[in-house]
Amino acid sequence: MDPLEQLVAQIVGLSDTDIPRLLGILKASDDLLRADWTRLSSVLSQLDPFKHSLGFLYILEASTAGPTTKEQAETVVPIITSFIDACAAEQIRSIPDKFISLCKRFKDQVVLLETPIRGVAPMLAALKKLQTSTEHLTPLHPEFLMLCLLAKCYKTGLSILEDDIFEVDQPKDLFLYCYYGGMICIGQKHFQKALELLHIVVTAPMSTMNAIAVEAYKKYILVSLIRHGQFSTSLPKYASSTAQRNLKSFCQPYIELANTYGTGKIEGLETYVQSNAETFESDNNFGLVKQVVSSNYKRNIQRLTQTYLTLSLQDIANTVKLNGPKEAEMHVLQMIQDGEIYATINQKDGMVRFLEDPEQYKTCEMIEHIDSSIQRIMALSKKLTVMDERISCDQAYLSKVGRERPRYDMDDFDTVPTKFTI
Amino acid sequence: MEGDDETSGPMIDEIYANGGDDGNRNRRPISSGDQLDIEAYASLYTGRTKIARLLFIADHCEKNSTMELEALRMAYDEIKKGENTQLLREVVQKIDGRLGPNYGMDAAWCSTVDRRAEQRKEKLENELNAYKTNLIKESIRMGYNDFGDFYYAHGQLGDAFKNYVRTRDYCTTSKHIIHMCMSAILVSIEMGQFTHVTSYVSKAEQTPEALDQITGAKLRCAAGLANLEAKKYKLAARKFLETAPELGSNYNDVIAPQDVATYGGLCALATFDRAELKNKVIDNHVFRNFLELVPEVRELINDFYSSHYASCLEYLGNLKTNLLLDIHLHDHVETLYDQIRHKALIQYTHPFVSVDLRMMANAFKTTIAGLEKELEALITDNQIQARIDSHNKILYARHADQRNATFQRVLESGREFDRDVRSMLLRSNLIKHDYNLKTSRKL
Repeated sequence: MDPLEQLVAQIVGLSDTDIPRLLGILKASDDLLRADWTRLSSVLSQLDPFKHSLGFLYILEASTAGPTTKEQAETVVPIITSFIDACAAEQIRSIPDKFISLCKRFKDQVVLLETPIRGVAPMLAALKKLQTSTEHLTPLHPEFLMLCLLAKCYKTGLSILEDDIFEVDQPKDLFLYCYYGGMICIGQKHFQKALELLHIVVTAPMSTMNAIAVEAYKKYILVSLIRHGQFSTSLPKYASSTAQRNLKSFCQPYIELANTYGTGKIEGLETYVQSNAETFESDNNFGLVKQVVSSNYKRNIQRLTQTYLTLSLQDIANTVKLNGPKEAEMHVLQMIQDGEIYATINQKDGMVRFLEDPEQYKTCEMIEHIDSSIQRIMALSKKLTVMDERISCDQAYLSKVGRERPRYDMDDFDTVPTKFTI
Repeated sequence: MEGDDETSGPMIDEIYANGGDDGNRNRRPISSGDQLDIEAYASLYTGRTKIARLLFIADHCEKNSTMELEALRMAYDEIKKGENTQLLREVVQKIDGRLGPNYGMDAAWCSTVDRRAEQRKEKLENELNAYKTNLIKESIRMGYNDFGDFYYAHGQLGDAFKNYVRTRDYCTTSKHIIHMCMSAILVSIEMGQFTHVTSYVSKAEQTPEALDQITGAKLRCAAGLANLEAKKYKLAARKFLETAPELGSNYNDVIAPQDVATYGGLCALATFDRAELKNKVIDNHVFRNFLELVPEVRELINDFYSSHYASCLEYLGNLKTNLLLDIHLHDHVETLYDQIRHKALIQYTHPFVSVDLRMMANAFKTTIAGLEKELEALITDNQIQARIDSHNKILYARHADQRNATFQRVLESGREFDRDVRSMLLRSNLIKHDYNLKTSRKL
């Protein structure tokens, strides 16, 4: 009997009864599959993607191992798509590496076909099947977000970003996840969330500089200007010393932009942006830089609301340096619509009346909102305690602490050493 | 003009006499709305500060050539009394023949003075060397001190300072130390080295023996000047306010009592709050003696305190041109004036719920638009809690809603905590991962 047919028979026989044994057999027959990869696609038809997920995965993975042309990709993509849809989560989780490499290849093919949108839904399904809980960051997360970015399906991407993640397999996954996630949030104008994600990248522990962190820092500066109208160059002290020392020197034009922004003078900002347009463009950040410039107008108008109760559109235009009352009206209108200021425009005499924030913190919704925040924070701090306890019982941690302090003293274990400031 | 002075002179004399001083103080107040009377001004001072002040005036009143020439003429006369030939040359250059042949370059005088200086220097050197070989401490101190005096008289301030400071090693009594400090302070003030002034003031104050009233007052003035130059107006005000009236004309090679009143009054006005202004300036019996010398400053402080801002600002406006010609206050007039004006604006708005900008502009003698700009700046700085109704020209006080602000803050800190804890957990997981990776590699 042909060894391949024998293998298929074993897959069919063992899939229902003995997964670990099947896994052993499959691992052993890796070479066989590689040698025979041309015949594999015909074999696939004999297997059921749900029942025999494990075997199907192995054979499919092996069959796509070689370099692919566009035509081949066209045939393989539907097969992988349907497999991802149908496969059984328990079976594929027993050998995640294979599944991940299959999915990555799938992504490459979709990108090769220049139809990233075809990959978005399957990748999301794959990611859901692979992850053990919503707190788990799988290596497929960054792939999925990248496809979302390429396909401009920002909303789909956001659905994943809403989950808090705590468990990470590979730091690189986290860097990419947060970087792509930040870009998706920027695309959807969720600047606060974007800032959080980019902040994670910038402050993440790292022993050497990496390009992801540098790019993230550039975007972090810009988004911080858009969202808060200011940027402080000092990183929090929990950021890695590598980042503290090196990040700034890589992003000099951006830091200067932030300084120019800080002066509040729109002309200076515009000339600076124009003279450095090439730098920003080559970083693909020019769009964001433009948003920074327009946010300066907003910031200045917002400052006026602190000072004035009523102000004519003409005066607004003069103070904020807009071309005439018409433009000022557009800006104010836009800001009212976005909920950034509270005001009414009286078109008859061209006056704007600034109002106070109407939120009185008396509604049921507000109470519920506060309550849910409290619940959430309580859950978080519980998690923190658990984590703390787990670390203080961790064998590797304790042995390390013991080694660093040779004098064996019970007091040594009471406090977390300063080296581990998180 | 002259008649005015006759009447005001004795009056001040009389009041001043209450302060307990009995020197020759038949002087007129220097500060008035009219053009500065240079002669009267100069008569307040002696020594090099007189020349320096005159030259300063000459340099800073470009628009007024009669005044400039007057100042230069007096400076020339004053220099001729001393021995500083270098300064004479400079002044002659500045006069540029505009005052006739009498005020040209006096080469004969210069060469005599120079020759005499050369001889004197030689003599001093010989003396000092003799003292040094004999190792008599007191004589060496005297020798250095004479050298300091000599250089000071000839305008070589750096050398003078060095020599005065050198006497320090030979000081045996507190009196000597104080003498050394006073000389050093005098030279430093003229050099504009106010950090030296501060350090020597504190050195002099640290001497174990109690200082006599006059020295104490002098030190206060010097410290006040140093703080003024360092832009520490509040400290400067305190120092000037502490100055004892015994100062009188004893220190007019540096500062006149009128200056103490002006400097102290303006600095206090710019930096003190109402209670402090009342306690430390208006109710201050000691300082009142000084204020009487410059009635304008006294009046404007009282006006400020009783909220007559228009008249206060008017006084200030009148004083301004003359203050700009003051060698010490010159750089600080604008800042102090701005601060005083801001304080006036803040005080004006403070008690009201709503203020009509028209009335306020009237009270401050300014336009509504200008007032609006000033208020805007103050509101942005958070110095006035109010908002401007630019349509109806009314300023409304804004009372922060504590409840809403608290809610906002609570929600904000909740969000922050949430974010921080999440990223902290994530980071700790990453560190753990990294750490585990290392150990597994080692094993």
